Amino acid sequence: MSGNMNINLKVWRQKNEKSQGKLVDYKVEGVSPDMSFLEMFDVLNDKLIRDGKDEPIAFDHDCREGICGMCSMYINGRPHGPNQGVTTCQLHMRSFKDGDTIVVEPWRAAAFPVVKDLAVNRSAFDRIISAGGFISVNTGNAQDANSLPIPKDNADEAFAAAACIGCGACVAACKNSSAMLFVSAKVSQLALLPQGNPERNSRVLDMVAQMDAEGFGACTNTGACSAECPKEISLTNIARLNREYFGAQLSSNRT
Amino acid sequence: MNWITKMFSSSLGQKLIMSLTGLFLCTFLVVHMIGNLQLFKNDAGLAFNKYAVFMTTNPLIMITSYLLYATILFHAFKGLWLAYKNQKARPVKYQAFDGKANSHWSSRNMGILGTIILVFVVVHMSNFWWEYKNGHVPYTRYMENIQTGEIVSDYMPKEFTMHTKLEEQTEGLMKVTIVKDLYREVAEEFKTEWWLVALYVISMAALAFHLFHGFASAFQTLGLNHKKYNGIINFIGIGVFAILIPIGFAAMPLYFFIK
Amino acid sequence: MLDSKIPQGPIESKWTNYKSSVPLVNPANKRSLEILVVGSGLAGASAAASLAELGYKVKVFCFQDSPRRAHSIAAQGGINAAKNYQNDGDSVYRLFYDTIKGGDYRSREANVHRLAEVSGNIIDQSVASGVPFAREYGGLLSNRSFGGTQVQRTFYAAGQTGQQLLLGAYSGLQRQVGLGNVQLLARHEMLDVVNIDGKCRGIIARDLVSGKLERHFGHAVLLCTGGYGNVFFLSTNAMGSNVTAAWKAHKKGAFFANPCYTQIHPTCIPVSGDHQSKLTLMSESLRNDGRIWVPKSKENAEAIRNGKLNPNDLKEEDRDYYLERRYPAFGNLVPRDVASRAAKERCDAGYGVNKTGEAVYLDFAFNMKYKYGKQEATKKNITNPTEEQLTALGQDVIKEKYGNLFDMYKQITGVDPYKNPMMIYPAVHYTMGGLWVDYNLMTTIPGLYALGEANFSDHGANRLGASALMQGLADGYFVIPYTIGAHLANEISVKPISTDHEAFVTAEKEVSERLAKLLAIKGTKPVDYFHRRIGKIIWDKCGMARNVEGLTWAIAEIQKIREEFWSDVRVTGDANEFNPELEKAGRVADFIELGELMCKDALERNESCGGHFREEFQTEEGEALRDDENFKNVAAWQYNNIGDWTKHQEDLVYENIKIAQRSYK
Repeated sequence: MSGNMNINLKVWRQKNEKSQGKLVDYKVEGVSPDMSFLEMFDVLNDKLIRDGKDEPIAFDHDCREGICGMCSMYINGRPHGPNQGVTTCQLHMRSFKDGDTIVVEPWRAAAFPVVKDLAVNRSAFDRIISAGGFISVNTGNAQDANSLPIPKDNADEAFAAAACIGCGACVAACKNSSAMLFVSAKVSQLALLPQGNPERNSRVLDMVAQMDAEGFGACTNTGACSAECPKEISLTNIARLNREYFGAQLSSNRT
Repeated sequence: MNWITKMFSSSLGQKLIMSLTGLFLCTFLVVHMIGNLQLFKNDAGLAFNKYAVFMTTNPLIMITSYLLYATILFHAFKGLWLAYKNQKARPVKYQAFDGKANSHWSSRNMGILGTIILVFVVVHMSNFWWEYKNGHVPYTRYMENIQTGEIVSDYMPKEFTMHTKLEEQTEGLMKVTIVKDLYREVAEEFKTEWWLVALYVISMAALAFHLFHGFASAFQTLGLNHKKYNGIINFIGIGVFAILIPIGFAAMPLYFFIK
Repeated sequence: MLDSKIPQGPIESKWTNYKSSVPLVNPANKRSLEILVVGSGLAGASAAASLAELGYKVKVFCFQDSPRRAHSIAAQGGINAAKNYQNDGDSVYRLFYDTIKGGDYRSREANVHRLAEVSGNIIDQSVASGVPFAREYGGLLSNRSFGGTQVQRTFYAAGQTGQQLLLGAYSGLQRQVGLGNVQLLARHEMLDVVNIDGKCRGIIARDLVSGKLERHFGHAVLLCTGGYGNVFFLSTNAMGSNVTAAWKAHKKGAFFANPCYTQIHPTCIPVSGDHQSKLTLMSESLRNDGRIWVPKSKENAEAIRNGKLNPNDLKEEDRDYYLERRYPAFGNLVPRDVASRAAKERCDAGYGVNKTGEAVYLDFAFNMKYKYGKQEATKKNITNPTEEQLTALGQDVIKEKYGNLFDMYKQITGVDPYKNPMMIYPAVHYTMGGLWVDYNLMTTIPGLYALGEANFSDHGANRLGASALMQGLADGYFVIPYTIGAHLANEISVKPISTDHEAFVTAEKEVSERLAKLLAIKGTKPVDYFHRRIGKIIWDKCGMARNVEGLTWAIAEIQKIREEFWSDVRVTGDANEFNPELEKAGRVADFIELGELMCKDALERNESCGGHFREEFQTEEGEALRDDENFKNVAAWQYNNIGDWTKHQEDLVYENIKIAQRSYK
């Protein structure tokens, strides 16, 4: 095991949504390569509290095992840092070198206003789901689970899309702050399953309308979203969303 | 709003417009390329000049060309508008941004590449299209031996003008053609104006990168992303539109510059 | 005193009869009844969606930025249901029986039977709402087997079953939000319940962004706030998981049942250093092919700890495969509690293999080479394969079966588990104890309910794998929509009480004073310092093994920490802003109080059962020794004052199951 490291941090500090923010320099000493990136922040915060000069840095995190989607740091110009297919909490300090300077910023998007420091408000995602990311089945209405066979390929593909953790890295990575990957993952999941069929058209129309209303940018197919997605959600989902959307516009009964 | 306006004003619909207009412009590039290959023909420009006349007089082509100009403008300004809107979706920029880690340079700079191409189109059209239509392009007389195919050309006097762009008559074995000599315009400009050649070459590089991303991206926007077909789409997008066509177009000014 | 309100009649018809006779609320009245749901995990989201569908006015609170992030999302393995799709003899009774037995005969028959009865409906409901469970090529649902059962009844979605089920319930919830039937209050934390005339009538919540305290009225309040595993500081729980809502309810009159029942999962990635903030589970399925061992001699163990000896170089005869040695019949596949205790026993004796001395090996080399390697060699007609060939062939099989887990291990530890044996150690995973509830899931405060892991009801002293998801969704989708009627049918004439009512004012004032107090201490030590300390004490003394001496010491120590906390904690920032430190401080203060009760409960339960192992009560071979004579009951604690509780008992009656001793020899 290699020895401990000293890390220079430049962290975005912003008191609340309304105030101006700026990058502030911090030095963290004795960082173990086994630490996770967030544990390094724990160490820094511990020091800040004990020193009493500066308030600890606010950042979102919860499960710390890469599934809740809460952690959201933009590290050295990339959401969730330099590694593929991981969230910030799964990033370990062995991915950095002694003496490295690391710039840490919040997700940036008009639709994701900063709450404080590195924490942002992603409730726009919840509103998009509310607009149509569901199957309208009241509790108790369901038929037997095996009465509807689903081809394994479709089920697997639906699952791959459903693996989205809603962290917003796609929006953070996209130069247009587009939420297409997030929306397409949910639309795809439900479009691939027969249960999703009855509401297929209204779902995609309503979700896209809500996505646009939230102020996300348009997709320009750069592929940054999928490349940075911790769950590696495929771009084919965006193509499917496009198909679903134009198909719904052309064929639905909505005028 | 009815469904059509709703569709085309959504972020997806606006991209659909970009995709469809872009693909239309791609088909134009192919046609333009094939036509312009006649510049390389060793006939002192006769075929090219006749082609130019055909392109500016055939009514069907004229309608298509006005549609084309509109499409170019629409594609360009819609693209710029979208780029502006997309900028607004991130009011506070990142201090550190590592775009190359997750996306290709061309895909992130379609607006800039497109702007270069737009500037090029303006220069290009004012140099040749506007000149040809409204400026004074001198005439040349070609005498072609029908049996041997040998062509002799001589420039008409500078003041010479006629009502049509092209007149052809056959005298015995000689086919005499008097035509507006756009070829000469092209050849002379590229021979003398090195900066114009440079602009063309740079613009074609921009076109290459624009299409490197744009062609395949248009299919993605149309919802056509399937492992069975992605190979051929990428092959055409890169092989034809990002390599062959820009090289072909760039070769024309260089050819005359060096010749 | 404790009335569990179990319906009369034979066990198979209790729930059916109950549903037919429970009072109903007509649709028009439902619209004027307000329900507050605290927590948005499987139980909370499913309850809120189902109740809103019925027509009630619902508010949902969660401390995360979105209800989709509740920690149910991290459940990996699967969800049990007595569907008998595999034609292997499963039935409602078998699921009921397995759950009671797995819980070491410390859970309530009627509740568990109801759980088994509705388990099938959960799968139907989830599939209908778009949960992409794993399927066979014929398009029908796939099942796998899990510990403690002889049938294949576990439905799963890769290693992300909890995520998929939660997103299913969440989408149902968001649909109701969109329809205006549910008001969603994310980044809100409940900080007290408000009782008026002996009934729960609302809560005080803090808007975590603005810091403002809010009063919310409800005809009923549902706590779906999960377990309290984070009292240990290090656990597989999320960082934010807390006991605060349940604890506030407890202090306002809800009894807390069996707090000492905690589940320790044997296969987690060991602690790597002092900086560690949480632990990560490695699926139980790894024990199918991994052999667990430590060195036979302490010298070798020490050499390994110091990095002087590579475990791969240690000869077979110098290794102690202690589970295979102690439990020849079940070997490495003994239940969770047994495997965990055995690992602790070896490490305590000085055989641990990582630098902290708290890790054992989970070694795939043997099976890689001789089980799968040989199989593959035979398949491929390779005669006389070399050792290297065998390893390479076997590695491919292992990769296919456990590839994602091996990758995860490498990501966290930086060690390649294909080349070196994995290191594992037990970690806190789930808490069976929780708020005492009756058959209706109502706590001892009328109108206050507890669902999912927050209540104590279904898992006894030990939970079987793939049962937590089942219970959370059963409570939310299929139990509470009926049982809440028993209370609300009497509330239809109650007009919403103004939040200017004295009880609300007082409660808010108390909350605000407590926050002010925390901020005013301005001591020297961060909240985490106290959390780590209390966690270590409870882990050491009230973890995998407990004894009188340790527990007595722990209680005294915890009391000291409590005083130290309230005089020396440093909480930065203000109450009127987004202040994660303040949130943490409140939660840790509650954990400290809970920790004392856990030790007290463990101390008074003079037997060993399930996750509660008292060293004084074991067989000669070191196995858990139950005392059904004196402890076949639920201990439900009533809060009197700080450090002062009264114990009540609910006797458990087994009419449908014959009680037996568990043995895995």
